[in-house]
Amino acid sequence: MIHTSKTDTSSSPSMIGRLANSEWLVAYLFILPSLIGFTLFYAYPSVRSVFISFTEWNLLSDAEFVGLANYQDIFSDDRFWRALQTTLIYVLWNIPLQTILALFMAVVLERFSTVLSTLLRSIMILPWLMPSVIVSLLWLWILDPSLGIANEFLGLFGIPKQYFMGEPQQAIVWIAAINIWRNAGYNAILIFAGLKTIPKSLYEVAEIDGANGWTQFQRITLPLLRPVLTFVLVTTVVGSFQIYDTIAVTTNGGPAGATRVIIFYIIDEVFNRRISMGTATAASVVLFCILVSVTLIQMRFLQANQSDLADYS
Amino acid sequence: MTTLPATSSNKSSGTLSNMLGNALVWLGLIFIVVLIMFPFWWVIRTALTQPDLVYTNTSDFFPVQPTLLNFERVLGIIDGTDLVGMGIVNPNISTAKLNLWLFMRNSFIFSGLIMLGQTIFSTMAAYAFARLNFPFRDQIFFMYLTGLMVPGIVLFIPNFVFIRQLGLNGTFVGMVAPFFLMTPFTVFFMRQFFLSLNKDLIEAATLDGATRFGIFWRVALPLVQGPILTIAILIFIQSWNEYLWPFLVGRDESIRVLTVALAIFRDQTPQGAPDWAGLMAGTAVAMVPTVLIFIFFGRKVVDSIQFSGFK
Repeated sequence: MIHTSKTDTSSSPSMIGRLANSEWLVAYLFILPSLIGFTLFYAYPSVRSVFISFTEWNLLSDAEFVGLANYQDIFSDDRFWRALQTTLIYVLWNIPLQTILALFMAVVLERFSTVLSTLLRSIMILPWLMPSVIVSLLWLWILDPSLGIANEFLGLFGIPKQYFMGEPQQAIVWIAAINIWRNAGYNAILIFAGLKTIPKSLYEVAEIDGANGWTQFQRITLPLLRPVLTFVLVTTVVGSFQIYDTIAVTTNGGPAGATRVIIFYIIDEVFNRRISMGTATAASVVLFCILVSVTLIQMRFLQANQSDLADYS
Repeated sequence: MTTLPATSSNKSSGTLSNMLGNALVWLGLIFIVVLIMFPFWWVIRTALTQPDLVYTNTSDFFPVQPTLLNFERVLGIIDGTDLVGMGIVNPNISTAKLNLWLFMRNSFIFSGLIMLGQTIFSTMAAYAFARLNFPFRDQIFFMYLTGLMVPGIVLFIPNFVFIRQLGLNGTFVGMVAPFFLMTPFTVFFMRQFFLSLNKDLIEAATLDGATRFGIFWRVALPLVQGPILTIAILIFIQSWNEYLWPFLVGRDESIRVLTVALAIFRDQTPQGAPDWAGLMAGTAVAMVPTVLIFIFFGRKVVDSIQFSGFK
């Protein structure tokens, strides 16, 4: 090992110079700020969440250990189950439509020249760059039941006035639609990058074998997109379960609690319904467990570790 | 639909079904572009329409009696009572003062500080993880990666309590703290680029007598300028868009950011419908920084997204 500090003129370098250039020391100095940040704002709160969930605590008095009482509390709370159900309905509207639309957009992008597809990708990313609060406000205006342009447009086709997010049955669907509008382009770009990695020769061979477009899509495109699709599905599902901003700005949980999702339930436990840190963190720990399970199931189901490309080459 | 998966290789064959397929693709494309762009236009057209006509002329495609009054109102130049003086009276127009300049400034401070801190400290850490050897390196990095999995809300509640206990609730320091030193994603993103650096270059610098810090500063950093700019842009956009955390710890007007301010303004309508004229002007103003970033760095953002899907 060659020690090369500036003071290294003699055969025995100065202690300070040697120390300042020691690999371990430099490395630890480099990671120290991030390690502090990680410890204080990732590791500590994660562990603390679990601890708080075993206590009764209203921030004012001292926390009191109550064992699993908070978990029993939320599991016997109808509102908690309703919030989970609403979240699930949201995810089921959001994810399939968004993924299919993104896939469609990506396949369409592939057909255009580089210049045009670059321009189109830029346009598609625009909604995703905007704050969710802004996106929610602009759609709230378009979908306003009495003044919005959406009803004027539907009126052209003789469709009667809709209440959109004012209608309990429809509200969660429209919130899903708003987020599909915001995220589909982003996911299309991810999938598009995946399409680029599929060797063109595979399609040429399939063409010679007489496979039509749809068969090619099923047999070549979809299987070879699996790693990217897994990434897209895992990240969007995890994000979708944590929907909050859009609802907070548009319906605020209404109408009649129809859009009260799980994060809403948690925030309410802390700030509105009661100051109950214990039940709020218990619910967030349950959400975390759900997310881990859903992710593991998806990984298993999509066999993310296997690359089909290897089979072909 | 059946011709969609086809690649450019068979574009030339001019059969009827192919032409039909192409027409469908073009139609679908135009539909998507209109669907993406129209809402933005609708914000601008509403913001430029004369305030009380926003509520009566609801279907005109272009601004009705174009005016900057809505912008003047949300930027605090005039207020609702001035509008009454001009003969513009509408129960939906809020008299609450909205000073977007202040909230813009707050958003810039919040996002700027996070961008600066997170970029610097995460890049340093990423370099150590990629290029230096030290005990527990892989274990610590793995720990960071598990942090990617933890949902925001699990962290936000204890972080909120922690910031409160430190007495930092309602300060920029408290708002910025959780994001200032690192996020697992930023460390991970930058590490990938340092890993791909040419080893020989660094060895040559070592032989030339550069210190370890010198190698980082003069050899490695200049080679990852592009990715650093990209991650800084992404961090800025994310912070600019942040809503729940600043809502929890920064509701006070003096430090309130734009997203929180607009959400609160939406709830402040005297009666009935929200103050759409003001809200859309505010929305248009809040879009400006994002649109500027989009114009100058849109390509970089798109490329970074494509990158993130493969790691």
